[in-house]
Amino acid sequence: MSTRARVLVFIAVVVAIAVAATVYVVDQGREVRAERAAEPEAEQTPIAEVTDGPRIVFRHTGLDSQYGVVAVVPLDDPGGPRAFTGVSCNRVAARPDGASCLISNDGVAASYEGVELDADWQQVASNDLPGIPSRTRLSPDGTLVATTVFVAGHSYMSTGFSTATEVHEFGDGERWGNLEKFQLVVDGREVNPVDRNVWGVTFVDDNTFYATVATGGRTWLVEGDLAERTLTSVSQDAECPSLSPDGTRVAFKVDVDPGRRVEWQIAVQDLATGERTLLEAGPRGLDDQVEWLDDDTLIYGMPRADEPGVTDTWAVDTTPDAAPQLLIEQAWSATVVR
Amino acid sequence: MYISVRDRPAGGTTRGSSSTRPPVGRVVITLGIVSLLTDVSSESVSAILPLYLTAVVGLTPVAYGLIDGLYQGVSALVRLGGGWLADASDRPKWVAFLGYGLSAVARVFLLFASGAAGIAAVVTADRIGKGIRTAPRDAMISTATPTEHLGRAFGVHRMLDTIGAALGPLIAFGLLVVVPDGYSVVLVVSLAFALAGVALLGLLGPDVRARRDRDASSGPTPPPFRWRDLTDRRLRPLLAVAGVLGLLTISDGFIYLALLDHGGVNVAWFPLFYVGTNVAYLLLAVPIGRLADRVGRARTLVVGHLALVGAYLCAVLPTSTAAATVGTLLLLGTFYAATDGVIAAIAGRLVPVQARSSGIAAAQTVVALARMLASAGFGVLWLLLGPTAAMATVAALLALAVLAAATRIPRLDGAAVTT
Repeated sequence: MSTRARVLVFIAVVVAIAVAATVYVVDQGREVRAERAAEPEAEQTPIAEVTDGPRIVFRHTGLDSQYGVVAVVPLDDPGGPRAFTGVSCNRVAARPDGASCLISNDGVAASYEGVELDADWQQVASNDLPGIPSRTRLSPDGTLVATTVFVAGHSYMSTGFSTATEVHEFGDGERWGNLEKFQLVVDGREVNPVDRNVWGVTFVDDNTFYATVATGGRTWLVEGDLAERTLTSVSQDAECPSLSPDGTRVAFKVDVDPGRRVEWQIAVQDLATGERTLLEAGPRGLDDQVEWLDDDTLIYGMPRADEPGVTDTWAVDTTPDAAPQLLIEQAWSATVVR
Repeated sequence: MYISVRDRPAGGTTRGSSSTRPPVGRVVITLGIVSLLTDVSSESVSAILPLYLTAVVGLTPVAYGLIDGLYQGVSALVRLGGGWLADASDRPKWVAFLGYGLSAVARVFLLFASGAAGIAAVVTADRIGKGIRTAPRDAMISTATPTEHLGRAFGVHRMLDTIGAALGPLIAFGLLVVVPDGYSVVLVVSLAFALAGVALLGLLGPDVRARRDRDASSGPTPPPFRWRDLTDRRLRPLLAVAGVLGLLTISDGFIYLALLDHGGVNVAWFPLFYVGTNVAYLLLAVPIGRLADRVGRARTLVVGHLALVGAYLCAVLPTSTAAATVGTLLLLGTFYAATDGVIAAIAGRLVPVQARSSGIAAAQTVVALARMLASAGFGVLWLLLGPTAAMATVAALLALAVLAAATRIPRLDGAAVTT
């Protein structure tokens, strides 16, 4: 081919690519706008109908006008009509008197925010977060807030990523700072690894909590003490713990294929005996902090494989052979308010 | 900035020409635009990848970390392989094409990948593509440029490359404004840029071949590549200097974190640190490349590390926040302008012509590995001493290392080069 022919072919290729990409962008833009203007498929109910009784609070993920908005359903009718709160959160956790809501504002200078809301979903406090929202939880009486984010630019670590997990008093009170600064005690010995990461707090009360500590490519379930500023290992191979309502058991993710691949399943550990039950028939490859629906049932979010952005919340009993069941469609980051 | 897109005049007429500045060769400009398009593609994806993985795909801590780690580390490993393949086949254009093509194909699969394993595979393929293409491309620039203008040629290439890196995130977030949560739109546009880059290289990229070109001229045909060429006496001091200085080059992330620690800097500014460094780099790449051609490339490489010493200190010294931020980013951009392209320019000429790609790959791999070690070690130092003392310590050690490396400059800049 002559140079002239090559130039012509190149121009033709670039024009074809540019036209195809532009058509796609315009078409998608129109489609997304149409989606975001549409009413939710899910049935709706006024918020006053669900604010008093036991309920489930979650992020609605239907691709419609309420995408990303926090919604509420009654605990005894999770598949029923949902009430929208008007507040948008990437991650949300709620208690009877308030909620913690993590927000990411995308952009070249993206910013991340942790907002606290009262029982009427009005903002009472707001803090800058140092990275992309990942987890949030409140203590049982709602006085403490825990947040986990991914920190940008921390990727010098051997594991290649870094989290920042902080605990503070609801409504901008006392702050305990990054839990990485707490004294770490593994198997009875005080250790000081540089590559430690902490994530996924679940509170026992206003001083004690469980969380995950990762260092050297391994993970530990740790018990944390805010007054003593310590994290003490309980057992190995556990991520994103969640304490049962009766306080006797902890559910968490376990990597059942510890090699290059990460393949999580749920396990439940009895805190008194240390006995661990793997939910073998449960979900594989889930990546969420599970929540307890009641003392025998766990719930968690799963993305839909065929619909990017849409997630469902599933329920599974804590027995090895229990099969997952769809609990709430188009729902993510669910917490149970009793 | 003066850049002409004419063919390099044949037969050494430039040397005697009265024009003050000969044009930059078409090879350099073409490869620079290929890099620009590819960098728009890859940087637009890396800008949104964390958000995409966490918000849309639904992945969280470890899965994201695993992928992020792959993204950082994979390319150094395959770089030597790409260099070897280019030298052994004497077809650097098509080896580079393979690398660019692999990254473009990976973009297609990213559109359909769901779940940690799939995305990890795609990201790995993309980085392998980057590793394969870098050394052959730099070898082509080296072969197509007269020795006395190498620094400027690499400066022009790196400037175009960095313009792409700066545009990528802007395009990505611009698209997200037009199409809310339109991550698939960003992925498709990224694919379009990657394909345009591959088409440009394949159709209009020059088929520069060091051995064949030498064959065509009157000189004797160089022998095929042998691994022994990499132990060339001229290359060894460069690898030693690059390795020692690399061991004291910590990753930008630390410097930016130290800046945040400086106080008063809002975390929201964090992504703009990268932009600021890139802008300084792209503005300085050509002038410093030209300077390197005049005063000596090894001298520029070694002395350029003093800018890094300055950046370390600027990030922690008790100055005003604004001064610390601007100074640090400017010095960091200067450091990259004085080292990144310059080391490729030096390495390509310190090995026999048939080992050019491998020689460049060897230097780049030594630098990458040394810097990985540096960051791991600095993590410990940071925890032991705190940011200020840790940075000051590394700054002092690096200043000493620059003094030691300076003793090697005459040997490197005075070495007989292969043209």
